[in-house]
Amino acid sequence: MKKIMVCIKRVVDYNVRVRVKPDNSGVMLDGVKMSVNPFDEIALEEALRIKERGANVEIVAVSIGVADTQQQLRTALAMGADRAILVQTDAAVEPLTAAQTFLALAQKENPDLILLGKQAIDDDANQTGQMLAALWDRPQATYASKLAIADGKATVTREVDAGLETIEVDLPAVVTVDLRLNEPRYVKLPDIMKAKKKPLDVTSLESLGVSAPVWLKAVRTEPPAQRQKGIMVKDVEELVDVLKKKGLI
Amino acid sequence: MSKVLILGEHDGKTLNPATHKCVTCAKGIAGAEITVVLLGADTAMVAAQAAAIQGVNKVLRVDRPENAHALAATFAPQIAALAADFTHVFGPSTSYGKDLTPRVAALLGVPQVSDLMAVEGAYRFRRPIYAGNAIVTVEADPARKLVATVRVASFEAAAAGGAAAIESKTLGVALPAHTRYIESRSGSTDRPDLQTAARVVSGGRALGSAENFKLLFDLADKIGAAVGASRAAVDAGYARNEMQVGQTGKIISPEMYIAIGISGAIQHLTGIKDARTIVAINKDGEAPIFEVADVGLIGDLFQIVPELSRLVGT
Repeated sequence: MKKIMVCIKRVVDYNVRVRVKPDNSGVMLDGVKMSVNPFDEIALEEALRIKERGANVEIVAVSIGVADTQQQLRTALAMGADRAILVQTDAAVEPLTAAQTFLALAQKENPDLILLGKQAIDDDANQTGQMLAALWDRPQATYASKLAIADGKATVTREVDAGLETIEVDLPAVVTVDLRLNEPRYVKLPDIMKAKKKPLDVTSLESLGVSAPVWLKAVRTEPPAQRQKGIMVKDVEELVDVLKKKGLI
Repeated sequence: MSKVLILGEHDGKTLNPATHKCVTCAKGIAGAEITVVLLGADTAMVAAQAAAIQGVNKVLRVDRPENAHALAATFAPQIAALAADFTHVFGPSTSYGKDLTPRVAALLGVPQVSDLMAVEGAYRFRRPIYAGNAIVTVEADPARKLVATVRVASFEAAAAGGAAAIESKTLGVALPAHTRYIESRSGSTDRPDLQTAARVVSGGRALGSAENFKLLFDLADKIGAAVGASRAAVDAGYARNEMQVGQTGKIISPEMYIAIGISGAIQHLTGIKDARTIVAINKDGEAPIFEVADVGLIGDLFQIVPELSRLVGT
């Protein structure tokens, strides 16, 4: 294996509680802390571990987004990626467009493996990896909680509703990662300094021959319905009484 | 007229209730003609079950040995070939549907709407984003095929009483050999399935160990409940991964959800907000779980849960 491409999305930080704009036109993003999508961080960590186990492999971190997405790619470089590519655009990039863009990059870079998170925590779409694999006409292994590479094949244990499923795919392949694949490392200060010298290329959708249409129009954004305020009970007996009255036990 | 193709989920013997919920979602499109497709090695049993769902007009069977295991790379080109006759393709937002449906959409060159929670028109839907912190209404282009996954927790299962025609299809679709099924492992139990159970008992990090989860299993067995867990409990190794409830685990809608020692992170709450009644037991009265609970009890779970097991058993 020579090259791993890791797709990274810039998203609102995991700890931020987003709020809907009063005019229902979207969510408030001004001044909100942005981070690497946590699942993509796990994907990158896995690539780094493959490299650290002795594979002579180049790790390329790629992203699509506004100019400031360079911050997240610098984080990826600080974690240990060798170089980065930003496809810079101010357009809202939907999963199908993201998949088309990553396909264009894959056709240039010819990676043996593409790793990315199973979903981004902003739109929760859970589509990009599967769409990319389809467009690339290559295997997909989604929701990976264990990944072993040998002899041009990847053996992937997947987290599925019924438990765990193991499949084997020929490389090149797309693997989307789940929470328990690994625990990403913390970035140390010297690594951040070193990352500043690593190459970060900026390109555009146009130069990759991809357009970013509005596939799906967001008409209105609302806060979720609130649940009615509940009651507090003082002990187990009262709890059992209440549940019996509600016909629940 | 809308013609909806639903990707039926099954294990060869039983049709997953997620399929019935997709049917209810599709019925929300006025005048929709609903077809359920089943891929498998032998789908005779599950086809009969699908044909009996009220509102289903037709059941398609695609039986071939390569379909013995639900591999997205194998299924997707077959679904894409079938999709020519339909305006909509719906899969369930289960691990099966979430894996397969986007691959179908990409083969068709169309976008996907994930996690439909409400139907406002044939091309207008509501779906959650940001772990359910916002609900967005999206409109798709009627000129294109509409591919979507259905957030099954948002819909009741369609009732029995249908008698749809069953048709076997032979598709001349070449299948890739690059993806191979190896094995499945599940922590199979006699308890109800977490995703469809009417009652769920769920534990968090406060349980402190895998052994202590036995307290929850005892209670669950008394009331016929499934057992779930928070991400924290799963990450700590107290519970198996398939027990995780929340944004990145299972989204469930039981009649009663008993959250024990779960603080109630937003990512967890998004998985349970469709529960009819939420009961919270936690020693921290400030825990966010109490903001969504219908019934709350502050106290030590190690005293409360055994007592609760004793009292509900009488």
